[in-house]
Amino acid sequence: MIWSGPEEFFAMGGYGLYVWGSVVVVAIALVIEVSLVRQRRRALFVQFSRNGNTHDETQA
Amino acid sequence: MTTRDSDTYYSGNASPSAAKHRIHWFHYASPQTFYPLAGRLIPWFAALAVLLGAAGMYVGFLVAPTDAQQGDAYRIIFLHVPAAWMSMFLYVVMAFWAGVGLVFNTRLSAMLATAIAPTGAMFTFLALWTGSLWGKPTWGTWWVWDARLTSELILLFLYFGFMALQAAIDDPRRADRAGAVLALVGVINVPIIYFSVIWWNTLHQGASISMKSAPTMAMTMLLGMLLMALCFWMYSIATILARVRCILLERERHTDWCMTELRGTP
Repeated sequence: MIWSGPEEFFAMGGYGLYVWGSVVVVAIALVIEVSLVRQRRRALFVQFSRNGNTHDETQA
Repeated sequence: MTTRDSDTYYSGNASPSAAKHRIHWFHYASPQTFYPLAGRLIPWFAALAVLLGAAGMYVGFLVAPTDAQQGDAYRIIFLHVPAAWMSMFLYVVMAFWAGVGLVFNTRLSAMLATAIAPTGAMFTFLALWTGSLWGKPTWGTWWVWDARLTSELILLFLYFGFMALQAAIDDPRRADRAGAVLALVGVINVPIIYFSVIWWNTLHQGASISMKSAPTMAMTMLLGMLLMALCFWMYSIATILARVRCILLERERHTDWCMTELRGTP
């Protein structure tokens, strides 16, 4: 461990805003992408159970 | 009938024994066989991504020492460089599968290219975002119009262009072909990004890793970066496989196997 305490860890030598701004945005982007793919899959199954195989132009 | 075997050519119901002994390179090119295979692989790649990500962040943020020149701002490297690598690598893979789809007219290859584009665009955005947050404390500016940054921005627009073009064409097979041409033409941008720091004067530092010389950074820094790169790699495979499964179901929902799948639970 290179840090003496949590404050030092979060401060990142004064560059906290830049470092954590990178980490948080990367994490958010990955979470959003995974949830979008899951949502896309779930929507397919819901649409099939409602409308069967008919192609719904409004949802396409 | 695609076989060139003369026996089967002349008699319609010849025994398939000759075909049995061939290696079925194209077996998993069939959507019906690829779909369950991809489904089985996704949890493994996702688990690897989580493990490698945890290890990479541990090494990068708790083990690697503070940089003598850049202080702790350099820790953005553990996200920036892997994201930038993935942005370029995924573009080449996307163009490759788009090209395969164009030449061999294979549906799955084209769908794979379509599935790669959003993930590639996301990593391009993340490379630009983290680069900007790294540039401010070290260069004193969020952005410069130099070769490396501009060509990476063009990469983002190439991804957007590919997705927009495919979305604008109703017939999926025509969309595949149009997208493939765009993707293949855009490949020229990838070596431009990679070599931009050598070819032009730029604020951007040179390549982080060189095959020709010993690593110039501490081993723990290098390890953290490689772990994060592997994490993003595994993450991309898992996400792209999940997305291509959605695209398969969307496009082939009229087939029996898709209907059977769609009757189940997501």
